[in-house]
Amino acid sequence: MANSQDKFDRRAFVANVARCASVLGIGGTAAWAALKDHTPESLRESNETRWQIDPDKCTACGNCETHCVLDLSAVKAMQFFKMCGYCDVCTGYFPTSGYELDSGAENELCPTGAVIRNHIENKAGVRYFEYTIDEPRCVGCGKCVEGCALMNGSLYLQIRHDRCVNCNECAIEAACPAQAIRRVPADDPYLLKKTARDILGKGSEDA
Amino acid sequence: MRRLPRNFIPILAVICVAACAVVFVDFGGTVASASAEGPPIPLPEFTEYKIPDNDFSEQITKETGSSLKREYLDLGALVVGILLASLFALVIRSRRGLLLLAVVSLAWLGFWREGCVCAIGAIQNVTLAVANPDYAIPAVVLAFFTIPLISTLLFGRTFCAAVCPLGAIQELVALRPVKVPKWLDHALGLFAYVYLGLAVALAATGTAFLICRYDPFVAFFRRTGDTNMLIFGGCFLLLGVFVARPYCRYLCPYGALLGILSKLSWRHLKIPPTDCINCRLCEDSCPYGAIDEPTVDQSLDKRPQARRRLVCLLLLLPPLIGGGALLGIMCEKPLGQLDPTICLAEEVRADIAKQEAAADDTTADVDVPEEEITDTLDAFRTTGPTVEKLFEQAAEKSNMLRTAGGWLGAWIGLVLGIKLIHLSIRRKRTDYQPVRANCVSCGRCFWYCPNETDIQRLVPIQTADTNTTREEQ
Repeated sequence: MANSQDKFDRRAFVANVARCASVLGIGGTAAWAALKDHTPESLRESNETRWQIDPDKCTACGNCETHCVLDLSAVKAMQFFKMCGYCDVCTGYFPTSGYELDSGAENELCPTGAVIRNHIENKAGVRYFEYTIDEPRCVGCGKCVEGCALMNGSLYLQIRHDRCVNCNECAIEAACPAQAIRRVPADDPYLLKKTARDILGKGSEDA
Repeated sequence: MRRLPRNFIPILAVICVAACAVVFVDFGGTVASASAEGPPIPLPEFTEYKIPDNDFSEQITKETGSSLKREYLDLGALVVGILLASLFALVIRSRRGLLLLAVVSLAWLGFWREGCVCAIGAIQNVTLAVANPDYAIPAVVLAFFTIPLISTLLFGRTFCAAVCPLGAIQELVALRPVKVPKWLDHALGLFAYVYLGLAVALAATGTAFLICRYDPFVAFFRRTGDTNMLIFGGCFLLLGVFVARPYCRYLCPYGALLGILSKLSWRHLKIPPTDCINCRLCEDSCPYGAIDEPTVDQSLDKRPQARRRLVCLLLLLPPLIGGGALLGIMCEKPLGQLDPTICLAEEVRADIAKQEAAADDTTADVDVPEEEITDTLDAFRTTGPTVEKLFEQAAEKSNMLRTAGGWLGAWIGLVLGIKLIHLSIRRKRTDYQPVRANCVSCGRCFWYCPNETDIQRLVPIQTADTNTTREEQ
């Protein structure tokens, strides 16, 4: 009886040691993950991240439209108006050949007619048009972005965070040929082109 | 970017010239500013029209605030869920309560929160945070990783029973479970550890989040997703009708972690509420094969043989680990196929080789045929770093993957060795016990125990029946 009691104690002791080791292991891993190269103050809401497209790297390949897990991609085209030339002949609105200068559907580059062309004014014989994105219609195919890149590049793609479900692994990030998608802080989840930042005088953001 | 049509260059030239000539800013200034910083066509000055701002800040703060609040709510739900599940499994012993809880957490963490944030995926976030100083882990994700681990150390895998949405959906579809043969169960169970190792290796090197990529049920939770993943998940659910919880038992990397901790749990679900009467009624109740029957005493003359076997297996452990590590190091290439940088570097290298070959062969067309330029290559040429830098990055990544592969191989060797040793160790058992590593505390066995039916009055005419059964025993 005494012998079996001894044996029981030994087993319990080993189990207790293993328990302590597990607790230390879990706690240690958690602490390391949380505190490594970070101050404790940074261990808060600021650690939340969102996925975003770096517009300077984006090549508007069209993967955003098809690879997002949502039926209608979370990616939408955006217009940075202060970079726009308000051109009459907009390469983001019209295809590169075979079009007439009006907003007939057959003349539009956008497959869903999501780029809206509005006349602003005539000045010195030049017509100026404003181009805006009708977001509900935009499917994020990037055709306008590809076209606009030929000129000013004021149109660019962004992941809209009112739509994005913030997957732990972003499906379009995995499919992006330019590796343009990365995690950005959740409190500032939109990226601008470098030119746009220069215009706004925001300087360089984190690399 | 797709290749542009041939007639494009003249058109572009015409547009550029027209635009530049018509715009009333002086010509030299425009060109200078275009070449330096600003866009090629300057912003016009309008008389009335005000140029809109692109300021998302208002929208951002609103939406981040709400999502954070929601995440803390999820955290609360997780803690309450685990406590309730432990209560149902260990104290109240109510299978109905566990099922109800499973439905609630499936609805909440699964369908409402769409499967993210999730303890299983959090393994990768924690790994990445440990390995990569640039990635800071959100507090909620860290809590989702640690809380179920701690609770398992206290109460066993009650998290799996009714809180984890992936477990819950499989628990609910397991309608006609069959018994998986022990040998197959043991063998398939090893995949979870391999998957864990692979996921950690790939997350640590920043290559991919494998667990999330191949999460079979998240497409159901979101009610949308990749067709292949929907089919994959559908197959898992269909399989889950007959083989209970196939993902939890044979793939779930978090389940593998929890299984180890569950062995050490402070309290664990018991099959009989009182003493076991060895009636054998619960024997077939567990669809997960997680009930150990009492052992038959080993005959004395077999003991030396068993001891020899154990010594052999113990001696086999170091070679298994070493061999695994060697094999793992050699797996650098297949692992590299998952890494975008290495793939890109290979593509660029092949492209350069092809161009060189074309340049050497003067009779051939020097240009690379257009259709062979992929999106990746095109993106690299327009926005990527220099070729040397890319090769440098790829080599660095390759090195990391070689190391990770070595560790992964060693881990697989260790898992194999420990499994063999574990199988050859005999523990004496006098009653029916849950296999702590595999038991997910689902509570199916409760109803099979005559003691339970006595206590909970589940069977109204039980006295006569159970007495006869006991006498027969």
